[in-house]
Amino acid sequence: MELLSGNEAIAQGAWEAGADIGVAYPGTPSTETMEELAKKEGVYAEWCTNEKVAMEVGLGAAAAGAKVLVTMKHVGVNVAADPLFTAAYTGTGAGALVILAADDPGMYSSQNEQDSHYYAQAAHVLMLEPSDSAEALDFAKGAFELSLEHSMPVFIRSTVRVSHTKTPVETGERICPSVKEYQKDLASWVMMPAFAKPRRKVLLQRIDMLRDAVNDWHRYNRAEMRDGSIGIICAGASYQHVRDAVPDASVYKLGITWPLPERELKEFASKVNKLYVVEEASEYLKDSVSALGIQVDEFPFELPRDGELSPGLVRKALGLEVAAHLDAPADVPGRPPALCPGCPHRLVFKELSRMKAIVTGDIGCYTLGALPPLSAMDTCVDMGASVSMAHGFEIALQGKEHRPVVAVIGDSTFAHSGLSSLISTVYNKGAGTVCVLDNRTTAMTGRQGNPFNGETLQHRPSRELDLEGVIRALGIEDVRTVDPHDMKAVRMALKECTKAEDELSVIIFRAPCALLERVVRPAFMVNADCTGCGVCPTLGCPAIGKDRETCLASIDPTLCIGCGQCAQYCAQKAIVSTDPASEGGSHA
Amino acid sequence: MPNKSAITVLLCGVGGQGTILAADILAHAAIASGITVKVSEIHGMAQRGGAVTTVVRFGEKVNTMVADLGCADCVVSFETTEALRNLPYLKEGGYLLVADETIKPMPVQTGKAAMPANAHQKLQDNNATIIPAGELARTIGSPKSVNVVLLGALSSRLDFPVSAWEQVIRDRVPQKTIDANIKAFHAGRDFALKA
Repeated sequence: MELLSGNEAIAQGAWEAGADIGVAYPGTPSTETMEELAKKEGVYAEWCTNEKVAMEVGLGAAAAGAKVLVTMKHVGVNVAADPLFTAAYTGTGAGALVILAADDPGMYSSQNEQDSHYYAQAAHVLMLEPSDSAEALDFAKGAFELSLEHSMPVFIRSTVRVSHTKTPVETGERICPSVKEYQKDLASWVMMPAFAKPRRKVLLQRIDMLRDAVNDWHRYNRAEMRDGSIGIICAGASYQHVRDAVPDASVYKLGITWPLPERELKEFASKVNKLYVVEEASEYLKDSVSALGIQVDEFPFELPRDGELSPGLVRKALGLEVAAHLDAPADVPGRPPALCPGCPHRLVFKELSRMKAIVTGDIGCYTLGALPPLSAMDTCVDMGASVSMAHGFEIALQGKEHRPVVAVIGDSTFAHSGLSSLISTVYNKGAGTVCVLDNRTTAMTGRQGNPFNGETLQHRPSRELDLEGVIRALGIEDVRTVDPHDMKAVRMALKECTKAEDELSVIIFRAPCALLERVVRPAFMVNADCTGCGVCPTLGCPAIGKDRETCLASIDPTLCIGCGQCAQYCAQKAIVSTDPASEGGSHA
Repeated sequence: MPNKSAITVLLCGVGGQGTILAADILAHAAIASGITVKVSEIHGMAQRGGAVTTVVRFGEKVNTMVADLGCADCVVSFETTEALRNLPYLKEGGYLLVADETIKPMPVQTGKAAMPANAHQKLQDNNATIIPAGELARTIGSPKSVNVVLLGALSSRLDFPVSAWEQVIRDRVPQKTIDANIKAFHAGRDFALKA
């Protein structure tokens, strides 16, 4: 027996089912699935530039007879939606295509809490939904079996509490089913109208087949009959909460959340007095069960419509007693996350804040630049949006606004979808400044490779794309590379670039993520010359403190990594290196 | 009331303090003792110096992986402010084990907020055992073993045999640090047994 997270278990199940190719773009809470699969024997795995690309690579590989796992976070499915919907038409040829969509109810690491069930429903793709790691392993195996048997893509839906909870599993042997050789098949794969119309009918037949078959697939769906007074329909992590909340209630545990087992659910509903649906941050299940003509009862008290559930929240909705609890003292300060000590993004945000720029941000660690004290961001919406939203701001504010518009985007996010936005801005003769924060990695999700650092998932030789060259090739003339630890250089570059009002410029701020090389130089310290002017604490470095009474600054030597960013902001030269060999002061 | 059968331990601290390794050792100690377990951890943005919690639930049968308000049998905090923040999770009659470490959050660092008043007193009022985990770790010459010192303290309140803990520590920490971690475990355990 092993203790595996849901993500690890999905990778294990895929491997046991013979998966031979894995493709993904990293995204919390899905990332470790592909990292784990990549370690296993007989598997080729790669990071792609984005989820759409991953889905298409996966579909191509399946068409050619591979058994493919594609993983992404919930918002990644938005990016991959275009090929997804048509993959339901083409099917998966002789191969298999299993797609993990990892949702984030509670939004621990995401910009929204959308529910991937709706994609399964809208694209007509069978969706399996495990509630712990043992099921994650089994359902992943089942997903490959079903995909191969019916030549159809299959979704696995997970949530953060399934993906990131370790539970015991029994692992097994790998069995590699043989597949037919690739054969050209225009009618299945060339989705022009003449061929797509008949495939649409194939899809409709598959939908009918699935709607009927899922009633008998008790490997996934099951009725647990207990007391008949309350029956609850639920799936995934919600099932676990329900079992603790009302141990005596009857439960219909869905392991397939699209399509729903109509016959089974109707039978279950007929055996219970009150029928409830428990689900997180969505009304998908409730609406879908109701649409089958099954009457779903309203909770006596509201089940939260957003965020994660817990047994207590389910009990509250049912009007049952919950445990008494203490309150935290009112004066406990918040502890928001912050850019790390030595983070190369810090000074860029500090300078953007100083110049009061309108900053369109993007998805990554650097979104933390929006928080105080840096507070240097106006928007953050989705991958790549910084560049295109900056163009929107530019054209809307033309002649009305004197503050510069600056887009800030990371290297991996730029490769993901910022590049296509930038092409559009160039094409439309847009202006403004785009800052690419090139920290040589995909930092937020755990330092994965990307095209601009040339690191690949399985450490195969690659090529590091020339970021400056790519941008210059678009016809942008003002492309600069700047050391983001050098305050004067950062300030100068931003000042010069934003001055040219009708020009589009790109500044590449290049320095490795502080967690990448973990270079620790002797710490800096604050000497007696500090006047308490309060400038250095506005850098938002976790190592820098300010005394509430005296306003004097201090540096925590256990947190400081000696980057020297703060020393450049000290007019008194009171921030000095503790390295006896150093002159102190500016960044070397 | 729910959650009767399983024991819930909530480990909390600041991103980067090593709560995840501690949770991992605890979970494997449970398995080595013949019961089942679930470990729920949150990755992602909170790891950048934010407040983090990991929930370990173990028993004959474990369903939910989350800790409800008022339902944690034990809160193990790696930091004093986080112990106060997580008080609402503590069950009536549950216990608090708190490392005597304090890390100022960003709003305090920038002077926008203050540290909570009388933190130690408030913790003691709630029956907390405050463990000089950093000092104990340094005394035995292993300053990085604060998390294992805390586990040692926790072990004094659980039924797992010491041999199971020791075996799991041997299996799960780097080879070179085994002896230091076993020492750290006993330092924490001895302290808590006397406390």
